[in-house]
Amino acid sequence: MNSPTAIVEAAPPIDEVGVNERVARLFTRSIKKEAKLRALTMTLSMLDLTTLEGKDSPGKVKQLCYKAAHLHDVYPGLPMVAAVCVYPSLVSVARKALAGTDIKVASVATAFPSGMTALKLKLEEVKQVVEDGADEVDMVLSRGRFLRGDYAYVFDEIAAVKTACGPAHLKVILETGELVTLDNVRRASDLAMAAGADFIKTSTGKVSPAATPPVVLVMLEAIRDYYFRTGRKVGMKPAGGIKTAKQAIQYLVMVRETLGQAWLTPDRFRFGASSLANDVLMQIVKQTTGVYQSGDYFSID
Amino acid sequence: MTKEKKRLKVANPHIDYDTVWTYAPAPESTDHIHLKRRYELFINGEFVPPVKGKYFATVNPATEEKLAEVPEATGEDIDKAVAAARSAFEKVWSPMPPAERGKYIYRIARLLQERAREFAVIESLDGGKPIRESRDIDIPLAAAHFFYYAGWADKLEYAFPGRKTRPLGVAGQIIPWNFPLLMAAWKIAPALATGNTVVLKTAETTPLTAMKLAELFQDAELPPGVVNIVTGGGKTGQMIVNHPDVDKIAFTGSTEVGKYIRKALAGTGKRYTLELGGKAANIIFEDAAVDQAVEGIINGIFFNQGHVCCAGSRLYVQESIAPEILRKLKDRIATLIVGDPLDKNTDIGAINSRMQLEKIESYVRIGKEEGGAIFQPPCKLPAKGYWHPPTLFTDVSQSHRIVQEEIFGPVLPIQTFRTVDEVITKANNTPYGLSGGVWTDKGAKIFKVTKQIRAGVVWANTYNKFDPTSPFGGYKESGLGREGGLQGLLPYVELV
Repeated sequence: MNSPTAIVEAAPPIDEVGVNERVARLFTRSIKKEAKLRALTMTLSMLDLTTLEGKDSPGKVKQLCYKAAHLHDVYPGLPMVAAVCVYPSLVSVARKALAGTDIKVASVATAFPSGMTALKLKLEEVKQVVEDGADEVDMVLSRGRFLRGDYAYVFDEIAAVKTACGPAHLKVILETGELVTLDNVRRASDLAMAAGADFIKTSTGKVSPAATPPVVLVMLEAIRDYYFRTGRKVGMKPAGGIKTAKQAIQYLVMVRETLGQAWLTPDRFRFGASSLANDVLMQIVKQTTGVYQSGDYFSID
Repeated sequence: MTKEKKRLKVANPHIDYDTVWTYAPAPESTDHIHLKRRYELFINGEFVPPVKGKYFATVNPATEEKLAEVPEATGEDIDKAVAAARSAFEKVWSPMPPAERGKYIYRIARLLQERAREFAVIESLDGGKPIRESRDIDIPLAAAHFFYYAGWADKLEYAFPGRKTRPLGVAGQIIPWNFPLLMAAWKIAPALATGNTVVLKTAETTPLTAMKLAELFQDAELPPGVVNIVTGGGKTGQMIVNHPDVDKIAFTGSTEVGKYIRKALAGTGKRYTLELGGKAANIIFEDAAVDQAVEGIINGIFFNQGHVCCAGSRLYVQESIAPEILRKLKDRIATLIVGDPLDKNTDIGAINSRMQLEKIESYVRIGKEEGGAIFQPPCKLPAKGYWHPPTLFTDVSQSHRIVQEEIFGPVLPIQTFRTVDEVITKANNTPYGLSGGVWTDKGAKIFKVTKQIRAGVVWANTYNKFDPTSPFGGYKESGLGREGGLQGLLPYVELV
């Protein structure tokens, strides 16, 4: 296997102007009627319904978990979301609340959102959330180490967290808002995948900008190249700032035309969002009734 | 191939784009379009029937249905148009204060912007290009050209330091079918800004947006005779070229006709600019940003079905990355949507005419007969209309006709190269010299290579970018003179 530095050096250069143009062209896709309805339903099934606030409490998480399984019961046939994403201390609450459903429990870990603590503590945290019942662990990349070129540390850290995860799936948050350049996004993606990430994820949601279309496109292309090189299909999760159904559909168009059928599933593509669900629900109802309903008809949990 | 194969663990590397989730049809509405069943010649500010009374049909290449009839202008009509242009030149347009001329051109630009949607739909109906392109490129760029040259109208004193400008008189302009309205704007805007008047002939297969433009000139209250628009075929164009009272010819079209024009005008003292064919080299170096370069290849050859004189129609890929580029190109082509030009998701629309389709098909046949390896993605083409799938040819060389000759369709011959010198030699090894493309992450290489490519326009890490401020035109058999920018004023003025 290549050394972490070799992996970074092998990453192809990224031309930002070209990426922006490709994104603009993908965004001209016009998604209407049954294609729109299908995209909206798919979006719901790919949702990591998220609450990551210092003021989160067991009560709040329980309510969110109920919403996750009952998005809009007056409209039958809707899917459940893919996962509920919470802070470590609330994993056991979520686990209990979601018992009997197929909804996964995801937990952020590794001193989220900054990751500025010792590896030993990070690993302990990861083991704890898995023990508490997390199916998926969202770790943060050590951006400081990455930016100063300590790729071996970053690689080893991810690999160690992956081991600590055991059966749980590992999502690696690159925090692209702090990596700044698309070249860095590509290198970090390659590094994270090689170190064992099951998913790569754009952002914590705590840094601006969070997920942006050019960043997501570069990550999807990295996943495609990695798949051809290794045969392993790594998942993708844009997170932060995705608030509207329109944005979600645009991301799905990007996935469809970059990675195709195999990635258009909750196993390989997720949205990390807290307020996206209701806009999607409102659009779904509008697609079938022809009129927009008041926001008051959609539950806020 | 071996290096690439060794690198890849996936046995049959391709992406499955045959997704369960597909796009529903998203057709642009045509409800707001009003086409007359028959159009007339636009002479001296009015629509007048042709003297000989002959008309021909213009069809929608996507359905083969007739859209409207337009006149076939004959010598008598051209005489009338040139006389109207001459009179308007002498009495109205050239004596007019330049700032006033500018106001008219600004008004044309604004009206075009206001009616952009209508023009875009008609352009796609009549010519077959995807609505995405006519909406996002053709029409906005046409308006931008009018805006740009409107600004020059009262600043000509500053255009050529130490020299004053004088208009030439009546400009005869002949435009092609690939960008009908945009080419009309390229021709008309600088002519008007410099104080000339115009007789413009549209292409046989795409007269309708020019007819709409004539209506727009009426709405703008452009003085009668300043722009006259006639329709017809090659013969009509010939009569404009040979008309004794025309002072300047501006032609965009085939090299063959360009050669005829040069012969016909020899010794007449008429000025002319020619924008002719091309066979541009698009060069991908091993240090290029790979996915963006693939996108550039797509944009270079499949823009407007490949009906682009500056299309990147000869691809050169450095050998070390050729397998990767080819693999990605084949994957990318599988996502191109070929079909209804009015569908907002269409990437490749209809071929402009049956004649052009037959020409493209004959080149594909030649390519196969010469031993080229053809690749076409699986795509369903509509039953009616003129269509051609995106097509790649590998295993070709400089000696293959599909590498040498302009196909003017969505067909791309691909060659590999090893060194910078080799690719520059091959890029210049063509009678054409209109455009080129270079893809590399190294700035120094961009300058080194672009300097040595004998072409009027060379793009670096992008392709098919147009702007009214930038001059456009060719070397060698790709033409003579420049259109666009400050340089685009020169063919329309006498420097005094």
